[in-house]
Amino acid sequence: MSKTITIDGQAIPFEDGQTIMEAATAAGVYIPHLCHHPEFTPHGSCKLCNVNVNGRNCSACTFPALEGQEIMNNTKELNDDRRKITQMLFVEGNHLCPGCEKTGNCQLQGVAYHLNMLDNHFPHFYAKREVDASHPDVLIDHNRCIFCTLCVRASQQKDGKDVFAISGRGINKHLIVNAETGQLKDTDLEASDRAAHICPTGAILIKRTGFAIPIGERLYDHKQIDQVSLEQEHVDHDR
Amino acid sequence: MQQFIHGLAEENRYQATHLLRILRAVQSRYHYIPGVAIEQLAEELKIPRTQIIGVVEFYSFLHLTPRGEYELLISDSITDHMLGQKSLIGYLSNKLNVAVGEVRKDGLVSLDTTSCTGMCDQGPAGLVNGYALTHLDRAVIDQIADLINQKKPLVEWPVKFFQVDDNIHKSSLLLNLQIEPGSALRSALAKGVQETLAEVDKAGLRGRGGAGFRTAMKWKFCSEEADSERYVVCNADEGEPGTFKDRVLLNSYAHQVFEGMTVCAAIIGAKQGYLYLRGEYLHLYEKLQGVLNQLRQAGLLGINILGTGLDFDIEICLGAGAYICGEESALIESLEGKCGIPRNRPPYPVSQGYLGKPTVVNNVETFVAAAGIAVNGGDWFANVGTEKSKGTKILSISGDCTRPGIYEYPFGTSIRTILNDCGASDVLGVQVGGPSGTFISAQELDRKLAFEDLATGGSFIVFNNSRNILDIVHNFTHFFAHESCGFCTPCRVGTSLLKKQLDKIVEGHGSAGDVVALEELCRLIKDHSHCGLGQTASNPVLTTLERYPDVYQDKLKKISYEPGFDLDGALETARRMAKRNDAGAHLAQIDCMDGEDGAMQGVVAEGEQHE
Repeated sequence: MSKTITIDGQAIPFEDGQTIMEAATAAGVYIPHLCHHPEFTPHGSCKLCNVNVNGRNCSACTFPALEGQEIMNNTKELNDDRRKITQMLFVEGNHLCPGCEKTGNCQLQGVAYHLNMLDNHFPHFYAKREVDASHPDVLIDHNRCIFCTLCVRASQQKDGKDVFAISGRGINKHLIVNAETGQLKDTDLEASDRAAHICPTGAILIKRTGFAIPIGERLYDHKQIDQVSLEQEHVDHDR
Repeated sequence: MQQFIHGLAEENRYQATHLLRILRAVQSRYHYIPGVAIEQLAEELKIPRTQIIGVVEFYSFLHLTPRGEYELLISDSITDHMLGQKSLIGYLSNKLNVAVGEVRKDGLVSLDTTSCTGMCDQGPAGLVNGYALTHLDRAVIDQIADLINQKKPLVEWPVKFFQVDDNIHKSSLLLNLQIEPGSALRSALAKGVQETLAEVDKAGLRGRGGAGFRTAMKWKFCSEEADSERYVVCNADEGEPGTFKDRVLLNSYAHQVFEGMTVCAAIIGAKQGYLYLRGEYLHLYEKLQGVLNQLRQAGLLGINILGTGLDFDIEICLGAGAYICGEESALIESLEGKCGIPRNRPPYPVSQGYLGKPTVVNNVETFVAAAGIAVNGGDWFANVGTEKSKGTKILSISGDCTRPGIYEYPFGTSIRTILNDCGASDVLGVQVGGPSGTFISAQELDRKLAFEDLATGGSFIVFNNSRNILDIVHNFTHFFAHESCGFCTPCRVGTSLLKKQLDKIVEGHGSAGDVVALEELCRLIKDHSHCGLGQTASNPVLTTLERYPDVYQDKLKKISYEPGFDLDGALETARRMAKRNDAGAHLAQIDCMDGEDGAMQGVVAEGEQHE
């Protein structure tokens, strides 16, 4: 008999070495997340995937599945908190969905829809952030960076490069690129790099492709993020 | 510069794990980390430049832009504020003609504030080029200003400016411990390492950093790991505001600390140990190196210790201004030359710590206690204290009392007894365990010092009735926002939101619902943050809100909606541009409107009158 954990009362099988997120995804259970991506080492920083394991909050993407775990995931309390954590990300940066070319394909927006986020709740920081349009094919809009480090990990783990890093402390965290000038054009990033396509928000964009698919026909315009996530990541986890 | 940087890289064997110490040396020499130094180091250490920039921007004592040749930092600890820090820094700023947070035009001096420097018993305190300054007053500042303007090197400054006293007022088991160098180790080796571990277990020793994990269990877990390369780390990054007992232990009991580490090394089978010393204690560095050398010469450190075949040595690593590095996994990251960001757990450091190897991290006081237990046995320790909290606890007492300093008490001692001993009167409350601990009121003085009641890493700040609760909470809440590493959303964004929300209330812009919003934010940060910093960052608000709800409620305006800022103040730029300052160019903050609509209408109506 295989080992199981319990998520919201449902028995979920797992294998040794799997995280709670991996076991849940394989069983078709969605746990909201932004910094997690099955292809890369888990990071555990966005805290949207916090689940309650035997009374204690843990990040599902990093915490190992262990026999006997009673896990709460899709509860009102956790989803209320996840919505507030999402709202924190919205007020920290400058996220103006209607004017963003990622709208409809943005995971931050998708998670916000999923969690029924209707306002920003917290006061805005109005952070002064730059746009780096120096690269011929790729644009960085720092206003939309949520410090998930997916570009950092993708560049290191898939592209074999070191284009991105997160620098600074606390609320002054910011994305930096590996060039003496500090500009993206002077890095070895290419538009075909995994890192250029991994951003869950509109912080890293491929130039001249933003409106190839019209608004209204995009990924999350018609599907909920839980469905998209399970369809895409289920496959990844099974690899 | 090229030669200097190359020398540093070579001296550090081109090890990226030594990045922090290399950068400290560059900062000390050039007063910033120049871009060319970053480029050269990236090449010589074979790491991406982004890693170096990341480290520079993470630590408060490293800078990408030049600081003054004399870098002055004044401690922002609540205890320094209680001793007049605010007026003093203003005086200093005037005297030196440099604004706080700025570098003087001639580049000679820069001035800023810094988190608690661990001199709360002898403040107001500060740092000049990393070296501790104590007992600052206007007379001292006058002299400092002259010395700086005359460009006098620090070695020519009066020694008394840098004098740091131990101020030990009450000693018990540990502070009375007079063991000959080597006796703990001899006794442990004679007894056998397993038997010594059993004594530590019998003693019931729990970690002295505050969390209270059983020391013997930690050592046992580590010794049972498959990987035989293991490390011992002493956490001397005592950054909790109001804590300074490790400073005293390292100043006067260093060989006991090192010997405790060596006993641990013998038990877990480690060959290398590290003392992670907070950057604020730079003044102790040379002295501690001297103690290590003495121990090496006495055959108590190094190869074949006491002829028993045991090899173990200790290196000292300095921090660079980051409270978060007191968290054990962040400390390990910092030891590896990286940003001090707490790791995901599991794995725990006992199985994967420094360089991914099994590592024991313990507090300075824990190692002193372990040395004592090795000599005197487990009962010596276990016979003191309470059932669940064995032994004694060393407290750093500061604030409103006549005898601030170091006090050692058996666990189970009442707060009242402690307050009597240190000369506290007219007590409003006590912050036990520092900002991350608990604020207790004068009604709770019969509570006990113990893991099961009031746990503390050693910080004990006394406040009398002349103090304002909200000033204290304001200081602590700003401290956490400043020290958040920024890794996880709830702490990175939450502590800054908490700071804003508290300021809104403290500054009188709060209205009904704002205290509820404050409490909700506290809970969110506490429940969802990645590490202990975030999980305790709300404690100052939560523990005072629980005891003094009226203090918060009284700050609220009597209307249901109040803009979160000063309306009239926000018009200042517009007034300057319009060159107007007549009555019509001002807005009154609406005091008594019924509801949101009323307030908005009031603003519009007044604005329209003058169009």
